Amino acid sequence: MKLLTHNMLTSNIIKGVTKGFPLKIVPVQVEIKDVDYNPAFVVRTLSKVDWPALHQAAVETGFGDGLPETLGENFQQDEELLKKIHNALLQVEVIQGELVCPESGRKFPITNGIPNMLLQEHEVGQ
Amino acid sequence: MARELKCMKRKELESYLQDVEVFENPKIKLEQYPTTPHIAACMLHTMSSTYDDLADKCVADLGVGCGILSIGATMLGAGYVLGIDVDEDALETCYNNLCEFEMNSVDLMASDVRCLLGPDPKSSQLFKKFDTVVMNPPFGTKHNEGIDIAFLQAALNLSNNAVYSLHKTSTREHILKKAASWEVDVSVLAELRYDLANTFKFHKKKSVDIEVDFIRLSHRKAGKCL
Repeated sequence: MKLLTHNMLTSNIIKGVTKGFPLKIVPVQVEIKDVDYNPAFVVRTLSKVDWPALHQAAVETGFGDGLPETLGENFQQDEELLKKIHNALLQVEVIQGELVCPESGRKFPITNGIPNMLLQEHEVGQ
Repeated sequence: MARELKCMKRKELESYLQDVEVFENPKIKLEQYPTTPHIAACMLHTMSSTYDDLADKCVADLGVGCGILSIGATMLGAGYVLGIDVDEDALETCYNNLCEFEMNSVDLMASDVRCLLGPDPKSSQLFKKFDTVVMNPPFGTKHNEGIDIAFLQAALNLSNNAVYSLHKTSTREHILKKAASWEVDVSVLAELRYDLANTFKFHKKKSVDIEVDFIRLSHRKAGKCL
């Protein structure tokens, strides 16, 4: 699971959970997978990313170094920062571990890099 | 690799996709018939060359199955693909295919497309995060009526631009009506013949050709929620 994917996951699919975001990451195994660096793609993707959640996820997985808590206006000109963001968004992969709902504590396992967001029937909201 | 291959010819793409492993034990309930390399290549080539909807795009693949559409989309330059499936066995096959093809920009997750965005799609973090959604959904004609429409709705909520999908030609009128009621543009790009080739036991004949529409839906209004 990439941190870009994590940035789009909420547990408000569970009945009774209102926001459920961001999910806490409890990593067991994390790897870096090579992905071609494409600065234009990183900048465009960032416009849809929740930065505080990405920052938190990067810290939780041990790759938060050099990422500011808030993203300044001129980050597009900062090549070094863009590369770090590229790494956090697309190259950091949680292979084993779990995601934890911030409200209910419900755990979602990550196996082979695949988060399991499947719910039991009684957990599904209307 | 993706960059050089953006202009890949359809035939060439199809021959690469021959190496994608298919379902070991397809499940009837989930209508797991694999998208053939030929059909996948036709679909992806059109998305890329006619509409430029793959290169450098964020793509979602609903009912990813063995991953043939995700793998092909990446070959044609997609920047990031998220493949979603309810079946963990299919995801395992898909994961092995991604490893075999050394595709690091495809991510997978186990989720039920019908409750993917929760009761209020607009409050989901997935809402409108993708440029393009590709899928070969269940046809919804075997004890699971309406699932084809549920897939389309989820896809339109995920996408800020275009959705590509396959549907039985016999359901075309129904799909066009639905699209009109959602106020999205729809066009039938091609009529394909789907050779189910004895995928399931109830296909008694040696191979069964069924007629399938390859369609493209696109939003007229940004931010439209279904």
